[in-house]
Amino acid sequence: MSVRQSLLAILDQGPCYGYQLRTEFDRRTGSTWPLNVGQIYNTLDRLERDGLVEKGDVDEHGHVYWQITDAGAAEVQDWLSSPVERGQGTRDELAVKLAVAATLPGVDVSDIIQTQRRASLAQLQVLNRAKYAGASPDGPEELAWSLVVDSMIFAAEAEVRWLDHSEQRLALHPDRAMALELSTEKPKRGRPAKESPVEAPR
Amino acid sequence: MTEAVLRLIGVTQQYGTGATAVSALSGVDLEVCRGELVAVMGPSGSGKSTLLSISGGLAIPTTGEVVVEGSYLSEQSPKQLAQLRRRSLGFVFQDFNLIPTLTAMENVTLPLELDGFRSRAARRAGRDALASVGLEGKADSYPDDLSGGQQQRVAIARAVVGGRRLILADEPTGALDSVTGELVLKMLRARVDAGAAGILVTHEARHAAFADRIVFLRDGRIVDESRRAGAETLLAGSR
Repeated sequence: MSVRQSLLAILDQGPCYGYQLRTEFDRRTGSTWPLNVGQIYNTLDRLERDGLVEKGDVDEHGHVYWQITDAGAAEVQDWLSSPVERGQGTRDELAVKLAVAATLPGVDVSDIIQTQRRASLAQLQVLNRAKYAGASPDGPEELAWSLVVDSMIFAAEAEVRWLDHSEQRLALHPDRAMALELSTEKPKRGRPAKESPVEAPR
Repeated sequence: MTEAVLRLIGVTQQYGTGATAVSALSGVDLEVCRGELVAVMGPSGSGKSTLLSISGGLAIPTTGEVVVEGSYLSEQSPKQLAQLRRRSLGFVFQDFNLIPTLTAMENVTLPLELDGFRSRAARRAGRDALASVGLEGKADSYPDDLSGGQQQRVAIARAVVGGRRLILADEPTGALDSVTGELVLKMLRARVDAGAAGILVTHEARHAAFADRIVFLRDGRIVDESRRAGAETLLAGSR
């Protein structure tokens, strides 16, 4: 989870107390994913258990400063130099909806696509406005915020492009959908029977 | 919304006749008001560029009417049409279309000079237009000495110089990198906010998001339209 590594990377810059870590995380991500202090302390406890951070000095206000260990610093380097693994096989609700809808006789998929595209474009417009609403677009915190907004903008744009592409592919299909009636073949429960060895292609 | 700067009323554009006739546009109605930027999206061959040419009086529709600032283009003589294009319309193209042997200032003021402006008045308007796109310091530069983004900003200045109120932009970011493209769109948006009306033809949804309305063309018809949402609630957890 990137919160754990993000907090660790911030601590790699110098010791921080819990609430300070929360503020540092927020200002670097444009408060897009607000963390509560409880989450911060839970994460710090786990990081301490794993030997990646340790408690350091306490100031006159009673703030406990957490500091990173050598193992923690190594983990930060490892995190920064490794690609983020995207979850494989995650169900994309929209992709499933379109795929199922495209096979249902009597359902006009282009209506579904248009409804979705309107929503995605409206979201793009809101994101675009939010991106340019900042006071000083060149400040480091504004830049960090706009990088986060950009990631949402590009994701929304990718969705619109995929919708356009799907719409065109369906438009080229003679029936505009690949209507599948309910199959008359009754699937059996349990593991499929072992198939006979496949003949080698000649 | 204030008055419409551009109105397309039942516009149809047909190429060829009889069985081989192809409709590039079929019964398109569209209105663009002052302070409004409308993006036009659609696949290749959907009629986007035809819509822009017809809006700018560069092509005459087979049927239907085009009204620019209250003037019906069908009622204009060729001379009047040329004058209307010089005074009311500004075009922004993908490949900038600046004249390489003229400076940025000369490129911007050319439509005014053609329209009989005195040099001094044209230069004053040109200076304002260049300043509005942040290029006041580049007035004497030639296109070749400017970056792509700067050249496109000169093209936008030329499109708005002298109080033109309708900007027609055809893929204006197509030749620019994504960051420069956004900067150019911000400028275009700012000119529209300052009182112009604009049509932006684009195939990139990210760029269409700069518009107030997004219309979709398919096979020459407007099949869908998306308006800028009023609520900020879509951006969960934002400030």
